[in-house]
Amino acid sequence: MSEIVKKRFKSRVSGVDRFLTFIRVLMATLIVLGVVAFISQQIWPNNPFAEWRNPDARGLTGDQFKGLVVSGLSQGAMYGLIALGYSMVYGVLGFINFAHGEVFMVGTMSGWITSEKLNDAGLWESNFILSLFLIIFVAITTSTVTAIITERIAYRPLRSSPRLIPLITSIGVSFFIQNAVLGLFGPASKGYPRLPEWLSKQRSIFTVEIAGTKILVMVVAGLSMAGLWYLVERTQTGRAMRAVAEDKEIASLMGINVNRTIVITFGVGGAMAGVGGILWGLLFRSVTHMTGFLPGIKAFTAAVVGGIGNMGGAMAGGVFLGSAESIAPMVILEPLGVPGVSQLKDAVAFTVLVLVLLFKPSGLFGERLSQEDRA
Amino acid sequence: MMTDTSASKKLFEQNWKRISFWGSICALSQVFICLVGLPSELNRRILIESTLSLGYLFILWIPLVFGYIVSKMVELEGVENPKPGAADLLSGALTGLFGSLGLVLLMLGIDNLDMRDPLINWNPKLFRLLTFENSIGFGSLVWIAVGVGLGTVGASLHQMSSQIRKMVAYATFGLFSFAVLEDVIDDLSEGFRLEWLSDMIYAKKGGMTVTSMIVLAVVLALLPLITRGKFKKTVDRYRSDATPENQRRNSVVLFSIIAVLVIVLPWFLGGIINELLANVGLFLLLALGLNIVVGLAGLLDLGYVAFFAVGGYTTAVFTSPNSPWFSPETHFGISLLVVVVMATLAGLLIGAPVIRMRGDYLAIVTLGFGEIIRLLFLSDWLKPYLGGSQGITNIPAIDLGPWEVRGADPRSVFYMVLAFCVLAIYVSWRLQGSRLGRAWMAIREDESVAEVMGINTVNSKLMAFVVGAVLASFSGAVLAAKVGSVFPKSFEILVSIIILVVVIVGGMGSITGVMVGSLVLIGILGGPRQPGLLQEFQNFKLLIYGALLVFMMLKRPEGLVPTARRTRELHQEEYLQDAWLGDDENEEREEVGEQL
Repeated sequence: MSEIVKKRFKSRVSGVDRFLTFIRVLMATLIVLGVVAFISQQIWPNNPFAEWRNPDARGLTGDQFKGLVVSGLSQGAMYGLIALGYSMVYGVLGFINFAHGEVFMVGTMSGWITSEKLNDAGLWESNFILSLFLIIFVAITTSTVTAIITERIAYRPLRSSPRLIPLITSIGVSFFIQNAVLGLFGPASKGYPRLPEWLSKQRSIFTVEIAGTKILVMVVAGLSMAGLWYLVERTQTGRAMRAVAEDKEIASLMGINVNRTIVITFGVGGAMAGVGGILWGLLFRSVTHMTGFLPGIKAFTAAVVGGIGNMGGAMAGGVFLGSAESIAPMVILEPLGVPGVSQLKDAVAFTVLVLVLLFKPSGLFGERLSQEDRA
Repeated sequence: MMTDTSASKKLFEQNWKRISFWGSICALSQVFICLVGLPSELNRRILIESTLSLGYLFILWIPLVFGYIVSKMVELEGVENPKPGAADLLSGALTGLFGSLGLVLLMLGIDNLDMRDPLINWNPKLFRLLTFENSIGFGSLVWIAVGVGLGTVGASLHQMSSQIRKMVAYATFGLFSFAVLEDVIDDLSEGFRLEWLSDMIYAKKGGMTVTSMIVLAVVLALLPLITRGKFKKTVDRYRSDATPENQRRNSVVLFSIIAVLVIVLPWFLGGIINELLANVGLFLLLALGLNIVVGLAGLLDLGYVAFFAVGGYTTAVFTSPNSPWFSPETHFGISLLVVVVMATLAGLLIGAPVIRMRGDYLAIVTLGFGEIIRLLFLSDWLKPYLGGSQGITNIPAIDLGPWEVRGADPRSVFYMVLAFCVLAIYVSWRLQGSRLGRAWMAIREDESVAEVMGINTVNSKLMAFVVGAVLASFSGAVLAAKVGSVFPKSFEILVSIIILVVVIVGGMGSITGVMVGSLVLIGILGGPRQPGLLQEFQNFKLLIYGALLVFMMLKRPEGLVPTARRTRELHQEEYLQDAWLGDDENEEREEVGEQL
């Protein structure tokens, strides 16, 4: 009898497995087909394979392609900055801080208020660099304070409860912050003041046309990343953070103040989100109370893509996701004959999440989690 | 306390810190609530004629609650606890004073500074509301008096005898429910030809009259004196009558009373309340489905709205003549069969990839699936098939021979929804005790252990997904027929979150809890697009749902109507500690639990 049970058990499990394999193969085939069709379009526009699904497609010119890559990279840099917060909190506490996207939004919002005031005072025009530092400072402060307050009120009391409980709480926090901002500042979309000409004009670097704002975004993101790397890898605080991520109990036995370290983790994550928020504001120049929602989820995707708990991975995952979401609709979906591909940008980002979890759940660069979280 | 001066001084210092801390939080929350716009927006709803509106109530409850919190003493075993006395009342009053000072500062600020640019509620409307359309001095005096008074009352709640506390609670909550349920009571009394009753209680312009309020308060306060535990005794007797026959008989009686009420009452209710009930039913159906996925199997599905959308769109495609691509114009019954098939397929398709993931990844991936499905419905790609952002319109009413279920007749929709809800309740109830239901609960508690015990976790989880999907798709189908059209906009992620709040507030895994949750939340505050009894909340619903979610998770994760099993699971550590400390401690805990 036990033989029969075993047999039935085995065959049933493999049913799901077979289905998953089927999905894996299907998705891989679609991607390969799309890319091959795209390449053949590029090389020889009238070949039958390229015209098979989408006779109207004409492919992309070199400049268009470079443009897609550049905007993908700059957006990806922002996802990476937000993803750091997810990754660090997940590494230390083992739960998804769903409200982190809102921390980012609060940063963008406070940056808008400050820049508006600076613009009224005339400083924005006369001394842009100073005002940029000012709004970055304000955004970092606001985001950090928001992150720390949510930790204190909503997450600290739940530290020992089952994993899903703080996740549900963070969903509540997320909706609360979103709608509090809606109530305070109203539903209208808020525009950042105009950027100075020398910053926003198109420049040509190595034959790539790129807007100055995007260069600024990438440089600031790179600098923050370097600063964070220094903090985590080279300072006492960073060592404490890594120790707490590995094992809270042992860390506290070694004389590390666990509570303080967790607060610092939240604070640093919030600061990174604040920087990301300002960059978002400079790049898209508009913010509403819903600004944080989609970037938040996408940044989490980036953290998973890079391997959660792994900071370099988070940044790389962000860049990967940003470029994928900017390039894939044109390169994979368009040649396959899907109309209106630009609407499917967000769907592509979520598909990347599903695919990564299907193919390599531990992310491209491997996760760094404590023993208990790995289960 | 009086003899040892240094100790009392220390206590005083501690108290002072406490008061200033909680007082400033009290002030901050009052200012926050004012600036978010709750009072100005809710001021339209009058609770008690010319005395109290919902807007003011939203400021007033804060000093009460903070007064209560600040004078609450932490009782420590083995340390002599200070007796509650006048000092506590004073601290409550001071906390209220702090809060009122915050409001005074806000008034001065609005009067002198212009911060209207970022803060949209920094306006004369709020100013007029805070100063009672009078001068700042008058407003400040009133707020300070009210704050101090309410803070003291909040603090004194600890010192009342339980009898008086009960009376106060009955009176307050009773009055509040009477004021909130105004529309229902109005409607009911009209249906029963008892208009004089509602005319007596409520004023013409809305809100209760002052006299009726006083009379009702006295009656409600006397209620616990009259009944005095009789109700509890009856319940106890009902519980102790453990013979299966008696219990069976009792449940049959209870069930038939509820059934008769639910079937007969809609005939005495007007259109608006019936519409409300129909909405509650639709969300109850959704919540029952999610209860199986989240409550029983412990899979946090944030993309639950996907199944709702599948149900709605399948019905639309199969019944509407306007469906752009394939329009067989079948009867609702036949399309319902297709809906079941489609929902099962969707459940399997979404369930299979996520089933092996750990719980929190599952949540985000299902959320992603929910968004993918909505974006696909919205996209130009599927527009030739599903109508894109214009959706599918002209879905016919459900033709049931002699009857017709259509949106214009909410009563018929209510009965339709009721039928589905009864089915869903029956299914969940039977599943709970079944082999599958027990497997789900085992997986929720510990997946690896469940697997070792011989449960096929993959299949059980997939089953949970499928059952939940089918229930949600029923709800979607009825919604499509009720509204007569489907749009991608109706299937936003908000729906998933609101249902999650309903399930969690009601109590995960508890059928009664889910019923209570959807009745209270959807009925009073409203669904994502559907207004509830307090329509003024429309813009603040999500703010309150979010806060409620956090509050419930922090204070009562097992929900309003918890199941014993889930409670044990969530408070495992406390139970273990109690067991360790010994039996007498255990008894005390139980008493505390009863008081809660």
